[in-house]
Amino acid sequence: MSLPPHLHTPSSPHIHAPTSVARLMLTVVIALTPAAIAHVWYFGWGLPIQTLIALIFALGGEALMLRLRRRPLTPYLLDGSALVTAVLLAFSLPPYAPWWIAALGALFAIVVVKQLYGGLGYNPFNPAMAAYAMLLISFPQEMTTWALPKVIGGPDLDPLQALDLILFGHAPTTMDALSGATPLDLVKTQLAQDITLGETFSEYAHLFGDFSGRGIEWIGNWILLGGLFLLYKRAIAWQIPLAMLGSLFAIALVFYLADPDSYPSPLFHVFSGAALFGAFFIATDPVSAATTPKGRLIYGAGIGILTYVIRTWGGYPDGVAFAVLLMNMAAPTIDHYTRPRVFGHAPKD
Amino acid sequence: MSEFALILVSTVLVNNFVLVKFLGLCPFMGVSRKLETATGMALATTFVLTLSSVCSYLARTYLLEPLGLEYLSTLTFILVIAVVVQFTEMVVRKTSPLLHEVLGIFLPLITTNCAVLGVALLNVQQDHGFLASAFYGFGAAVGFSLVLILFAALRERINVADVPLPFRGGAIALVTAGLMSMAFMGFSGLVRG
Repeated sequence: MSLPPHLHTPSSPHIHAPTSVARLMLTVVIALTPAAIAHVWYFGWGLPIQTLIALIFALGGEALMLRLRRRPLTPYLLDGSALVTAVLLAFSLPPYAPWWIAALGALFAIVVVKQLYGGLGYNPFNPAMAAYAMLLISFPQEMTTWALPKVIGGPDLDPLQALDLILFGHAPTTMDALSGATPLDLVKTQLAQDITLGETFSEYAHLFGDFSGRGIEWIGNWILLGGLFLLYKRAIAWQIPLAMLGSLFAIALVFYLADPDSYPSPLFHVFSGAALFGAFFIATDPVSAATTPKGRLIYGAGIGILTYVIRTWGGYPDGVAFAVLLMNMAAPTIDHYTRPRVFGHAPKD
Repeated sequence: MSEFALILVSTVLVNNFVLVKFLGLCPFMGVSRKLETATGMALATTFVLTLSSVCSYLARTYLLEPLGLEYLSTLTFILVIAVVVQFTEMVVRKTSPLLHEVLGIFLPLITTNCAVLGVALLNVQQDHGFLASAFYGFGAAVGFSLVLILFAALRERINVADVPLPFRGGAIALVTAGLMSMAFMGFSGLVRG
């Protein structure tokens, strides 16, 4: 009898892979590091400060909940999951948002979305995205004021000035243009005023790069690289990013070919906002995503389509967070209907 | 035709009866413990809601308005709904015992579903015609069914989670419903008005 090569089992002793929750979380953080450096390069010191604030409050919230539940603190606090939540949340916040945004978001993510369900492994919704949606609904103004990238005249603050701005709201006087709309937002408001895409792109040429907003598309490249690293490490399932980006690209292509003046190109959609970030780092969250292979394809495709629908026709500029939450909600149902056949039983009629 | 498509999108997603208008919460919380019962409830509600939406429209247009008795709307609608539910139950019992077994216990429960009365009253408020009423009722029912089934599958998963003791059962279900409602906020703005 000959087995395919990957089923050959050599004789003992066996070395098992040193996989653990903390290790997986660390892999995710490492994969995000290049994108984080690019973020600092383009948007300044906001991201590390926001991450730190979010991390402090995430750990504090987790410690409080564990204390109330009389659980041991150290193993849960050191498993890195709070760190990942804090980093993911900080990435989705405007870099110079006031400190209480990150603090409130981190507390909501950890206490309500994660610990009320019993902690890591039980939460049906992605904590960082639920916190982002809560913040976007409650504080729309703070959440949609994005800094311009430094290369096109955005604020160039040293770390202390950035800290001052985030903690106390003291904007240095030398800063003329602190913030502006993101490319997604801009395209949307312009289209609402019957201005075609071509006109928008030429009027605001300094904002746009090759595919999407300047700076944002470069962060997107590094996120793509980090995502490929996660795939290589087998930390995430390939079905979800493929299905999500594929469906977003396909549906955007259809509308773009039909009317390129009112529907941005598919590459614009993939490289804008949180699409790449969501595809590799948010939607792949192993706890809140669908778990069967076929289910993951449906889940990913659902996120891609909903993202496009909300971006194009909805009231919010970016739809990734809501799309992820909506599909989180559908994940148990998808799993229920895509259960793989159990081996050793005849297929059900 | 596009008007009816808009009504459907609006009632199923944007103005979902359960998660946005907060109607029909009793069956939403009460019958969502298991996926099978939720599916049965969803089917029964879809049928009754569409039918009662149309019937209450007919009763209002051809009975109450000619007689100038609009102030009796609420009372009449409740009566119409109760009659439709009882009638449906009798027909189903005689014609399809199998379906009756699936839907049986849920049918009487629908009488007290405030979403059903809500649909009838909202039809009046928004001046829907005959077909618009039918689509509005059907859309409301599909939206109700969708979130009921998704919620039931979610709750089956939460039931095996290590939820803190004070939050077991209804409390965590309400928290979940709140988070679902938040996710549905993403649809706001899809349909104007």
